[in-house]
Amino acid sequence: MNVWIAIVVTGLGCYALKLGGLVAPQRVLDDPRVRRFTGLVPVALLTALVAVQALADGPSLEFDGARVAGLGAAMAALLLRAPFLVVLGVAAGVAAGLRLL
Amino acid sequence: MSATECGPAAGEAPSAPAGDRRAAVRDGLGVGVAVGLSGLAFGAAAVTAGLSPPQACALSLLAFTGASQFALTGVIGGGGGLVAGTLGAVLLGGRNALYGLRLARTLEARGWRRALAAQAVIDETTAVATAQEGRDAARAGFYTTAVTLYVMWNLTTLLGAAGAARLGDPEAIGLDVLGPAVFLALLWPRLTADRAGAGVAMGAAVIAVAATPLLPPGVPVMLAAAAALPALVTRGGAR
Repeated sequence: MNVWIAIVVTGLGCYALKLGGLVAPQRVLDDPRVRRFTGLVPVALLTALVAVQALADGPSLEFDGARVAGLGAAMAALLLRAPFLVVLGVAAGVAAGLRLL
Repeated sequence: MSATECGPAAGEAPSAPAGDRRAAVRDGLGVGVAVGLSGLAFGAAAVTAGLSPPQACALSLLAFTGASQFALTGVIGGGGGLVAGTLGAVLLGGRNALYGLRLARTLEARGWRRALAAQAVIDETTAVATAQEGRDAARAGFYTTAVTLYVMWNLTTLLGAAGAARLGDPEAIGLDVLGPAVFLALLWPRLTADRAGAGVAMGAAVIAVAATPLLPPGVPVMLAAAAALPALVTRGGAR
């Protein structure tokens, strides 16, 4: 397979998946139990994403001290009710600072 | 900043005060610019993996879902098969279908609007939209994040691909922590104020981490959606 074909097929496949959820029949989505489920799905997926991005590198679990410390700092900033961009700055700054050492 | 205040209700109010909408737009701009910066890392990684700059840019324009893009270029760079690489990249986009189920009610877009909005159904837009109170604010957050991130991601992909050699290691400036920090900040209200949300989040994190060494990349995160399944079988309740 040519790289260009791989790029176009990846693009089409990813788009089809994105559209797939949006075109689901409204009648199904209006069921209260389905609503609760779909309401919680982003919480589940995004938390899973945070956990995997914090603790894994590809298929293997890996403890990167600087990365975990950066996220820990973000959590501390959130507990102190820091604004969004401050939280991001603290996270990246702590990770970068520890890697400089 | 609305992201650090109250979480969204499961059933959204039909309208929201203008202040909520402004906060949603601020959230969207912040996420779009901050996460958009990682396009630099993608552009550089793609060219290092052997893609030409036009190929790197085409992938960002067409796929526009970071994890899938990194997966495909990773396979190409590692000399792996293109068919397997393409399949893996598309599989990684599977969670966007689940996001669509949640966003369909919020966006209520039809025809060409829906076809266009679909391209923007990704982690970041879902995180911002679902962190807002009320449907108007959720829509404002979705579209602001979508436009800002699409523009930023494609510009920085171009910059990263064009200047790959001159860019330092993106990890040196902590760019790899930005993505998870964004999701953590947007989820925070639901993790701290909402017991159902916190329980689901704990379960999801455990499932994803436990499954990571056993299953191909992308599958553990999809599997974590199972943590929300009890909502399908339990009766009643406010949420």
